[in-house]
Amino acid sequence: MRVRVLIRPKAGILDPQGQTVERALPALGFSGVSNVHVGRLVELDVEDASQVPAMCEKLLSNPLIEDYEIQ
Amino acid sequence: VKFGVVRFPGSCDEVDALLAASRVGEAELLWHGDADLRDVDAVIIPGGFSYGDHLRVGAIARFAPLMVEVDRFARNGGLVLGICNGFQVLCEAGLLPGALLPNPSLRFTCRQVSLEVVNASTSWTGACSVGERLSIPAKHTTGRYYASDPVLDEMAANGQVVLRYADGENFNGSARDIAGVSNKAGNVVGLMPHPEHAVDVLTGSADGLKLFESAARVPAA
Repeated sequence: MRVRVLIRPKAGILDPQGQTVERALPALGFSGVSNVHVGRLVELDVEDASQVPAMCEKLLSNPLIEDYEIQ
Repeated sequence: VKFGVVRFPGSCDEVDALLAASRVGEAELLWHGDADLRDVDAVIIPGGFSYGDHLRVGAIARFAPLMVEVDRFARNGGLVLGICNGFQVLCEAGLLPGALLPNPSLRFTCRQVSLEVVNASTSWTGACSVGERLSIPAKHTTGRYYASDPVLDEMAANGQVVLRYADGENFNGSARDIAGVSNKAGNVVGLMPHPEHAVDVLTGSADGLKLFESAARVPAA
């Protein structure tokens, strides 16, 4: 089965990528944008989806600095 | 003392580390794919871009066969120093607290930095004195040290903050100006700046040698 894992910087940790995107958007004429954060998307085919949380904890994310969401 | 310097695919500072360690003892390269520490007394995880920094810095290198041996060695009190990417690897491996995040500038930055020695009783800073300044180059994109506030408080209480950027030198936004940390026992140390590039006044400073000299002073187990 196809699984998507969204990985985001933890709330409260400075996210310079998100800030850079947030600053760039008004320069292109897009207004009213805030709280931009940039993370990673990992897509994988797995036979046993119950293993995915452990994969996230051990490799796909670093739980000290990132949150993950499995879809 | 016999130093072993680990070479991963993508390491780039292992030869400088080998030359620096050779000034105070014997030194040889260790291959990441071998599960053999070749009876060295101290292990150095050097700088570079192990496994291309894929996924996250240090994330893949920690699973190298040699790292299983390094983990065992470290947990038995063996001396381990992680420099730059090596520091990132040791954090990912859970041998050191915290993690390294991208510099706020998102840029690779290379500059000489002044460090203040906070703890001179670890295996890698015993030849220094508390409050001493070391001039050592730093060069990285992902060097912003991060740990949660409770962890930072606990580290400070345990003496695990080993090196700090001196006033005005914290160019990468590291929490509490932290440049180098240790495990609780003080045998495992990691830092972002590169002591192996500061071993001769000809290239600006020989202050980095003190870390290697510190390891040489530790009595063999």
